[in-house]
Amino acid sequence: MVNLTIDNKRVKVPEGTTILKAALTAGVEIPTLCYLENLNEIGACRICCVEIEGKETLVASCNTKVEEGMVIYTSSPKAHYARRMNLQIILSQHDFRCAACHRNGSCSLQKLCADMNINDVPFKQDFEKSEWDLSFPFIRDAGKCIKCMRCVQICDKVQSLNVWDIVNTGKRTSVGLSKMRTITEADCSICGQCITHCPTGALHERDDVRKVMDAISDPDKIVVAQVAPAVRAAWGEGLKLPEEMATEKRMAAAIRALGVDYVFDTNFGADLTIMEEANEFVERMTHHTHYQWPMFTSCCPGWVRFVKSQYPAMTKQLSTAKSPQQMFGAVTKTYFAEKVLDVDPEKIFCVSIMPCTAKKAECALPNINDAGAGRDVDAVLTTREFDRMLRSELICPESLEEEEFDSPLGMGTGAGVIFGATGGVMEAALRTAYYILNKENPKPDAFKIVRGLDGVKEASVEIAGIPIKAAVVHGLGNTRKLIEKIQSGEAEYDFVEIMACPGGCSGGGGQPVTEGLEMAGERGKKLYALDESNPLRFSHENPSVIMLYKQYLEKPLSHKAHKLLHTNHMG
Amino acid sequence: MSRLSVISTDKVNSTTEKLMKEFSQRIIANPPGVCPVDMQLAFLKVCHAQTCGKCVPCRIGLGILEELLESVLDNTATMETLDLIEHTATNIKNSADCAIGFESARMVLAGFEGFKEDYISHVRDHQCTGTFEQPIPCVTLCPAHVDIPGYIALAGEGRCDDAVSLIRKDNPFPTACALICEHPCEARCRRNMIDDSINIRGIKHYVMDKANADTVPVPACAAPTGKKVAIIGGGPAGLTAAYFLQLMGHQTTVFEEKAQLGGMLRYGIPNYRFPRERLKEDIDAILSTGVEVRLNTYIGTDELNKINNTYNAIFIAIGAHAEKKLDLDGGDSGNVISAVDMLREIGDDDYPDFTGKRVLVVGGGNVAMDCARTAIRSNAKTVSIVYRRRKEDMTALPAEVEGAIAEGIELLTLKAPLRIEADKAGNAKALWVQPQIIGPVRGKRPAPRKANKPEERLECDIIIMAVGQDIISAPFEKAGIATRRGQLCADSSGALNRVGMYAGGDCVTGPATVIKAIAAGKVAAANIDEFLGFNHEISVDVEIPEPLLNDKIPCGRVNLGEKESWARKDNFEGIEYTMSDEEALQEASRCLRCDHYGCGVLRGGRQDKW
Repeated sequence: MVNLTIDNKRVKVPEGTTILKAALTAGVEIPTLCYLENLNEIGACRICCVEIEGKETLVASCNTKVEEGMVIYTSSPKAHYARRMNLQIILSQHDFRCAACHRNGSCSLQKLCADMNINDVPFKQDFEKSEWDLSFPFIRDAGKCIKCMRCVQICDKVQSLNVWDIVNTGKRTSVGLSKMRTITEADCSICGQCITHCPTGALHERDDVRKVMDAISDPDKIVVAQVAPAVRAAWGEGLKLPEEMATEKRMAAAIRALGVDYVFDTNFGADLTIMEEANEFVERMTHHTHYQWPMFTSCCPGWVRFVKSQYPAMTKQLSTAKSPQQMFGAVTKTYFAEKVLDVDPEKIFCVSIMPCTAKKAECALPNINDAGAGRDVDAVLTTREFDRMLRSELICPESLEEEEFDSPLGMGTGAGVIFGATGGVMEAALRTAYYILNKENPKPDAFKIVRGLDGVKEASVEIAGIPIKAAVVHGLGNTRKLIEKIQSGEAEYDFVEIMACPGGCSGGGGQPVTEGLEMAGERGKKLYALDESNPLRFSHENPSVIMLYKQYLEKPLSHKAHKLLHTNHMG
Repeated sequence: MSRLSVISTDKVNSTTEKLMKEFSQRIIANPPGVCPVDMQLAFLKVCHAQTCGKCVPCRIGLGILEELLESVLDNTATMETLDLIEHTATNIKNSADCAIGFESARMVLAGFEGFKEDYISHVRDHQCTGTFEQPIPCVTLCPAHVDIPGYIALAGEGRCDDAVSLIRKDNPFPTACALICEHPCEARCRRNMIDDSINIRGIKHYVMDKANADTVPVPACAAPTGKKVAIIGGGPAGLTAAYFLQLMGHQTTVFEEKAQLGGMLRYGIPNYRFPRERLKEDIDAILSTGVEVRLNTYIGTDELNKINNTYNAIFIAIGAHAEKKLDLDGGDSGNVISAVDMLREIGDDDYPDFTGKRVLVVGGGNVAMDCARTAIRSNAKTVSIVYRRRKEDMTALPAEVEGAIAEGIELLTLKAPLRIEADKAGNAKALWVQPQIIGPVRGKRPAPRKANKPEERLECDIIIMAVGQDIISAPFEKAGIATRRGQLCADSSGALNRVGMYAGGDCVTGPATVIKAIAAGKVAAANIDEFLGFNHEISVDVEIPEPLLNDKIPCGRVNLGEKESWARKDNFEGIEYTMSDEEALQEASRCLRCDHYGCGVLRGGRQDKW
């Protein structure tokens, strides 16, 4: 243990503790800006600088370890002055037209400037000009980038895609695409983790709110909304709703209040995915030699983009089942239009609310639209856009009563809702695969071994005498490691679930940003609670899904199901 | 106002002087990887600040050039802008009145020519080609990329054993480099910005004296792969490759033509610079990995083809051991000795006796210094170095030249050898030389030319020719290996044009430094491992100490002392003193830890494995 004094308070901390962490034990929260625990401890912004007695120069508290007998002042005149002036220096190269910024209200720099009482910038303002394809699912606004390097680090260290790099040197040092590529050439998975770890508005999703509002206000359009499982666990964060107010039923009411005609649930699409994917898996298992192994889940478009660019030869190992979003879209513009509403599917505008930025790219894939009425999904809003839309439409969820989702595509089971957490797809699929092979349900929690936030989870289960080796991975860095093990023969599996974002969709790149906190675990817990409280725990028991097969698709993997619900992923 | 006044130093002038000196130190420490166009612009601004303002091209033209360069960096330039830069700079060079103007423009043109790709990259891709891949100056500039801040920090904590293990991750010759490395790592040490570079080699010398290489165990070898690699040549390149390949689990056999291992470390560098028992420490450690050694084994064309059938890969590292000759009349007289032959004999402890002889050494490189200092130690009456350029043009390290002078060796500069005069018995008795005048710069150095002075006769008993070494590449050429001017043509991976054959060290580069040979051995080991179908990693499990929180106040650099010249010049014992604990601690604490501070912490700071 090391003894030291921080702001006249004596503290004792383990050896190797940073000053930043040690200060917390003294009750002092030193402000940080570029710091991201374990990922970006580079002392670049110099906001966390503190004074050590007897030392001439200040040190960055985020990456300086404590020493015995240190006497530290976190807000001495020198440290305080440096903190303020370095903020002003940052502002001199930051486009601080905050009023017109995606991150207005959730920006770390903005908050820090307010906290530090910055009300003028004595320097000339000059910020970098942006060069960016504004049609891409996310945007980099160079004028707002403070070069904290978090995006570079998250993409390198967590996602292993090295999309970003430090470009140029000297005063023109900036962040850009690595290896002189453009964003479309950079093999970006569009996972959006760089966005959720950006402290400012330099990285943000392409805003499609206007497009959706235009459809809602078009009297000829029937607007059908689907909302992904993980959105219900996070939507309240961006609105600062108390947890007990941020229920899924109040979310349904809020979506309806936007003027949407039908409030449906991607949980339905998830249940449908399980019907197809679990049957596909059983089919592959019973014709083992016809296939390359393992079979990979295909519901995460970040992962699908990853495998297509990094390991193209493995693309055919993806389940051919479309993602819940796309299944939902295809069913909406066929079955729902024809059999339920009896309208021209061209009149339907299908919007999905997703925790994800890659979904914006998925719905635009050229060969994924099989309903024959434009795009199966017309627009994708992230959870953040959804929250902003509610605010701008003056919808105050606290004042809304809880409401039900609409029928029939608003019906989802507990197996569908856990799609939003790492391990959820695997667990839901195993529940139904068990039923297919044994003709009876397992205990709903029989496969809960695949839950949790470990980077790679493995499970060996036996269903009807068939041993199944399954693995669950989240985060693309973990994914790369696992795939390399599979390729080298070090690991062998039958079924692998992969989600690009750490924690799965709960930690998705389209979710609200809470500075310094990884929320995926908490949100995941909410989804498992919803699963537990749902009277229906098995996708094959979803009455709307059963009805869909009965009235329209016949059975899983039928010809019609193949046409609408499967893809070769070659788009 | 008095009619004349004495110049007094005022505060402005003295401060400016001081800043200028600091600025030149900063230029020395220019970090690797920065944008060359940005640096060019910065130079140009300095140049422009120096203009007196009298003449148009310099006063206005340099400013225009600045703006044009600025537009390149600000992504507003086009390819036409580049033409305009060239024309403007050419005009300033041609029409400026004094050096402040025309030299500024010449520098711009030189940069324009030298890194045009970077200019174009800025215009076309709005990016520079500069990279942050190896941002630590010393690690970047060390050919073997040894973790220098790491071992300095370990030395500072007295953990010399760990320091040896850390160095060995990249370099299995820590002792050799401690004693005789040319330390390119020190060239751009960031500490230059404060006072002076860290004495990196000196710290390593201290480390290796505290923890001899043969007392620090080498890491365990990987499981045997069953692959066999032949190494031709037991010098630093060959033994480095052998060491790393053994660690990777491959069985290596070193074929050495001479009676002992070490290559130029033994047969080129005399004992007083690198005592043999210290060389043995490195070699013993390397051999402890299980390297097989065949001494006195010559590999020619036939032998090469034969071992090619029995080994999975071959690494050729035969060095440059043939003497280069000057085509002089009388060059074949008796008592005309080649440096290579003399140092080779010394390598096998066969010392010459020059008692009472007057010795001339021809050449200005490190080998010439080694020969001269060996001659003095062999009881020569007088020793003189004959060189056709000036002392400052010598390629030998300045410390070697000074060491030689201190031992009483005379430098006879600006004298080009003409012919050797022999006595009736055919033994050399004088060297005739033509005095030279130093002239215009050709290539990188000022070139000498014949002075308008008569020939001179330098009487002597022994002449040692130290004018360079050649590679004995003919047998390999005959085996189908491509060569260029006698050097084996290996690509940047070390691969030759024959599959499974690699080469590195002096036989590829021509006579170079030991650390370059070590680096070549390391590169070859990695690529041979890949070639054999493996991807073994070389790593080390040593925890690097946290950086010290010293305020970086200027502090002098600790230099290593040498034995007094009278005590060293009659024997071959090592001449360099090591640092004391006190000195080593202070010197280590001067390190700015660029692995932690600056961009080291962000990108490429520490490569734990390769």
